[in-house]
Amino acid sequence: MSTHALHDMTVAELSTALAQKSVSAVEITQHLLTRAQADTSGSFLNLNAEAALAQARRADARRAAGQGGALEGVPLAHKDIFVTRDFPTTAGSKMLQGYRSPFDATVVRRLGVEGAQDDAQASGGAGMVCLGKLNCDEFAMGSGNENSAYGPVRNPWDATRVPGGSSGGSAAAIAARLVPAATGTDTGGSIRQPAGFCGITGIKPTYGRASRYGMIAYASSLDQAGPMARTAEDCALLLSAMCGPDPDRDSTSLDVPAEDFTRHLADPLEGLRIGIPAEFFGPGLADDVRAALETALSALEKLGAQRVPIHLPLTELAIPAYYIIAPAEASSNLSRFDGVKFGHRTPNPVDLLDMYKKSRAEGFGAEVKRRIMTGTYVLSHGYYDAYYLQAQKIRRKIADDFQNAFQQCDVIAGPVAPTVAWHLGQNASDPVADYLADIFTLPASLAGLPGLCTPAGFGAGGMPVGLQLIGNYFAEARLLNVAHRLQQVTDAHTRKPQGV
Amino acid sequence: MSLTLSDMERIANLARLELLPDEAAQALDKINGFFNLVEAMRQVDTTDVVPLAHPIEVVQPMALRLRTDAASEPNAREANQQSAPAVERGLFLVPKVIE
Repeated sequence: MSTHALHDMTVAELSTALAQKSVSAVEITQHLLTRAQADTSGSFLNLNAEAALAQARRADARRAAGQGGALEGVPLAHKDIFVTRDFPTTAGSKMLQGYRSPFDATVVRRLGVEGAQDDAQASGGAGMVCLGKLNCDEFAMGSGNENSAYGPVRNPWDATRVPGGSSGGSAAAIAARLVPAATGTDTGGSIRQPAGFCGITGIKPTYGRASRYGMIAYASSLDQAGPMARTAEDCALLLSAMCGPDPDRDSTSLDVPAEDFTRHLADPLEGLRIGIPAEFFGPGLADDVRAALETALSALEKLGAQRVPIHLPLTELAIPAYYIIAPAEASSNLSRFDGVKFGHRTPNPVDLLDMYKKSRAEGFGAEVKRRIMTGTYVLSHGYYDAYYLQAQKIRRKIADDFQNAFQQCDVIAGPVAPTVAWHLGQNASDPVADYLADIFTLPASLAGLPGLCTPAGFGAGGMPVGLQLIGNYFAEARLLNVAHRLQQVTDAHTRKPQGV
Repeated sequence: MSLTLSDMERIANLARLELLPDEAAQALDKINGFFNLVEAMRQVDTTDVVPLAHPIEVVQPMALRLRTDAASEPNAREANQQSAPAVERGLFLVPKVIE
């Protein structure tokens, strides 16, 4: 096998090549590290060749001994919101510059190399080799990866455009063939929207499926981890390893056993009812996005699916509801950054209060401060009922609307965003413009439903367009099945940016 | 309704954030821009709607889990303090609190 093709291979293809011993984990890791080191897109915040190669050697040894599963030795990289012992963790914030976690996140451990660590934490990992950490919006607050304290990420399809966010580094690195797969987190669309903007596949499972332990908290009732890769099959492989109960470490981890999400990939789509919400296809949707979605939906119809018109009447109100609930939770979660136990501390504080205020003012970026302020305000005395409680009631109504819709359909399809990726700096002076662009991903987030994004085609400027599929609770296997069948009859997911 | 600069000062204090005057003015502008969106949400009649605090409630009864009262974490003081801004003899240092 020629090494120049290694970066074009999917997780499934690499898995097969490793099983056939036509390539070693060390060779793949070395090849991808060389590419990542030469990259100028800003996707990686940290690479650790030594740690990655040590993991790869261990994976090769396990394969040689006949041990390890399908993912053993296949490289990936983690969004820098997951804490890791082998790499610094920043959450894209100056607040955590140089921070080193004493433990690995559960998701990191589940995907990682068994025995890579010398303590009780090391058990039962899937054996993937971690190359490094990927850029993201500061504390996952953003839709374009422009809020990272370590600079923006450039979209591999057009370096003047954003990759989406907040998992922008993950999406860009996969599209640029730097890694075959990566982890992401999705609070209001942060896996699905960057997957759409970069022409890859990503899935956010049902809230509570994947452990939040070691995932730096933004909005705890919304945050959920998920895989990003080029194909639905690869996402299914990773998701199977990521999910499962973590009752002792995450109080909101669902008591639902891990499952093999690849088992229904090839199922036929005959009779599948695809709900088309009128509110997702209104005048706010760009024509190029609409046209690409139409192509993908027609392809699904040829596979035997049928479209069913449905309504999600409160779609627009998902924006204010989300941008009240998420900042409220963020203001509480981020109160831990006080300059005492970890994180930035101002150099010469006058007293304790001065230390808190200055450390936080210096460590947090502008958008994070705005969300902390908004959250503090809506939770403050006299405003709680009018804002926070009302937002939670809207949240209930949105969740109920989905249940009504699922009486009529099996999955719901729509855009992930109203337009293709916007230009860097375009919304810099108007954060509300970014908020409005989240309209199609926020409803499923508020309801805690699984959502997937698969490439639908291309729009203005040759930029990728994503098709969002939303399923009912625990319907991840169905979403992956629909995306996989679509990917077997279309080629948008196989196209790559010029120069890659 | 719109927030004012004095609201911003009060909120910043509650949030333990030092805001410079021009920063406060900019943030005020943007936060007020967002609250224009919120007005539509406030108009919705939600009488008798039970607030949804957590999506898990839709799937299974939301009960706080308790784990067994047993030591599960090894002592990792050094690892836990490796990223601390100021440590002395295994203790976190802060500015003097008591005179």
